[in-house]
Amino acid sequence: MQPYLDRDLNEEQMLEAEAHLDDCAYCRRRYRFEVSLRRYVRTAMNEPMPLELKAKLAALRTPLH
Amino acid sequence: MQNNRIAMEKRIGRVADVSEPTQTDARRIAEEARDRVRFEEEALELSDQVFRVARHLVGSREEAEDLMQETYARAFRSWRSFTPGTNLRAWLLRILTNLNIDRGRRIQRTPQMTSIDEHGDYYLYDKLEEAEGTPLDEERVVERLSQDSIVEALAHVPHDFRDVLVLVDIGDFSYADTAQILDIPIGTVMSRLHRARRILKGELAEEVVN
Repeated sequence: MQPYLDRDLNEEQMLEAEAHLDDCAYCRRRYRFEVSLRRYVRTAMNEPMPLELKAKLAALRTPLH
Repeated sequence: MQNNRIAMEKRIGRVADVSEPTQTDARRIAEEARDRVRFEEEALELSDQVFRVARHLVGSREEAEDLMQETYARAFRSWRSFTPGTNLRAWLLRILTNLNIDRGRRIQRTPQMTSIDEHGDYYLYDKLEEAEGTPLDEERVVERLSQDSIVEALAHVPHDFRDVLVLVDIGDFSYADTAQILDIPIGTVMSRLHRARRILKGELAEEVVN
């Protein structure tokens, strides 16, 4: 299921995985859970970059002559 | 009259002969300056996305900020080694992960896998279902986990596994890009990712149980 969740399958494998999920309630429930868990993890990890850091990075640019 | 014209053309030609390399040099310098400015702007535009990944590759926000500055300083110095048209975000993260290793920030070595509780892929799902006592609403049940607990659980995943998880799940990189950034085979990316997710879910399940 992992490569399917990561969309790292070829077209044929994707279709095969989708067909299986259509037929199998056990896998479908777990698939939905994995999708929402990943979304939730991503939200939890979304820490914005401090503005001061952005300014410090911009100051590292090569000066224009 | 005719001779004068030829002489004049020659003179112009001579002037052109002399000035042409200078003009070419000037154009080249101007083009390079323009390319460099464009490169720096594009790299800066990606900095939010690079930080989001960097923040979870190291232990603290301060370390992530230092690492970002070192990465951008190096990127701006060696911008000529970037191939235009390729993935700039992956290129920046390759520098960042190399610096992270070079600077000895990864003192904590990967523990022996036997010391980590590793459960099946659906251990967390099963634990949540047990705790809930009723069939799960798959899309809402994750909200039982606090966001802080997720950050903490990720910090418990050993570095080698966490790097892959962060690049794929937070950085949205493909397996191939992740393999290139970390300089490891694609098969290793897949196996580490699989184990990283199991470890993360195992950590989260502990929270549910407790």
